[in-house]
Amino acid sequence: MSHESSPHLQHHFDTPAQQFDAGKLGIWLFLATEILLFGGLFCAYAIYRANHPEVFVYAHQFLDRVLGGTNTVILLCSSLTMAWAVRASQLGQRRLLIALLSLTLLGGFGFMGIKFVEYKAKWEHGLLPGTHFSHHEEREAEAAPPAAATPAPVSAASATDVKTTIKPAARGPSGTVRRDELERRDAARHGKRPSNVQIFFGIYFLMTGLHGLHVLAGMGAIAWILVRSIKGHFGPEYFTPVDFVGLYWHLVDLIWIFLFPLLYLIS
Amino acid sequence: MAHAAHPRVGHVVPLPVLFAVLGTLLVMTFVTVAVSRLDFGRFNLWIALGIAVFKASLVLLFFMHLKYDKPFNAFVVIVSMALVMLFIAIAMTDATQYEPDRIPGYAPSIKTNPQ
Repeated sequence: MSHESSPHLQHHFDTPAQQFDAGKLGIWLFLATEILLFGGLFCAYAIYRANHPEVFVYAHQFLDRVLGGTNTVILLCSSLTMAWAVRASQLGQRRLLIALLSLTLLGGFGFMGIKFVEYKAKWEHGLLPGTHFSHHEEREAEAAPPAAATPAPVSAASATDVKTTIKPAARGPSGTVRRDELERRDAARHGKRPSNVQIFFGIYFLMTGLHGLHVLAGMGAIAWILVRSIKGHFGPEYFTPVDFVGLYWHLVDLIWIFLFPLLYLIS
Repeated sequence: MAHAAHPRVGHVVPLPVLFAVLGTLLVMTFVTVAVSRLDFGRFNLWIALGIAVFKASLVLLFFMHLKYDKPFNAFVVIVSMALVMLFIAIAMTDATQYEPDRIPGYAPSIKTNPQ
């Protein structure tokens, strides 16, 4: 093998091919650790779903299939633009590479934007893990129009009780509604709520949250190679960073492919 | 070299392949949503997982170049996924075997010893 001097070949590798394969194996080993990391959460999911199937059936109806499905389509399309970007860098199509990396980054922003909308709705409805879970479809203040508190009808028995100095109100002040009435309305809309629904939201936020962090990390990496591609660092001779960032981005897509049906499409 | 700009390392995936993969992935996403509205009992979960594994395989083989790669990279992925499945399978063997009232309110709902 003739040693043509490639500026990208590190001195401890014999050939660019050897350098590329070594780096690629390293990335795949890293991705394997990522699969194992998420594997722990999938295990938690499996155990809790086996033990509390009714919680998963009940709670999944609070996730928005349309938003989740839109995010799936966005991630799949951004995976295509990423794979195409790798191809463009291999073929030295610099302008196309910059455009495709920008599109991929845009897909990341779109995904996180929709994720933000979803998390905000969960937060507002009290669909939170652990002791923070306090779900009511309608908040007490919105449940009924404001009305003046009216004294309860006084029965003859209580009227004679001299110890009764404060009369109970039939209707709470300024549009509040009794908690059991709220629960009755929720049950009419979603079916009877099983106990421990917060378990589902603990798993939901951990899995989608860890996945969301990976999307953010991937967006950072894409921004980095976008800057480098604008500087003209990549071409048929050297496209390794584009290829490896692409592999990471596809893994993020891969995990979402499993998360979407497991969390949003329970029947 | 067939093409002047063809790289010395890696494999250039043809554009029709990339778009065919995306098309299949989008169709399968639609299928998995549609199937989840039908009731196959306990098989709904396995159908959804089967579709997800199929989609994941497409991403791995074509978007992530495993089809054209050194087989050892595929070996690394398959082993890691097999270990995750082994982990879940062993954990599941006794997941529903705890006494219902050991921790009040937090125990499995499945009765281990129906009378």
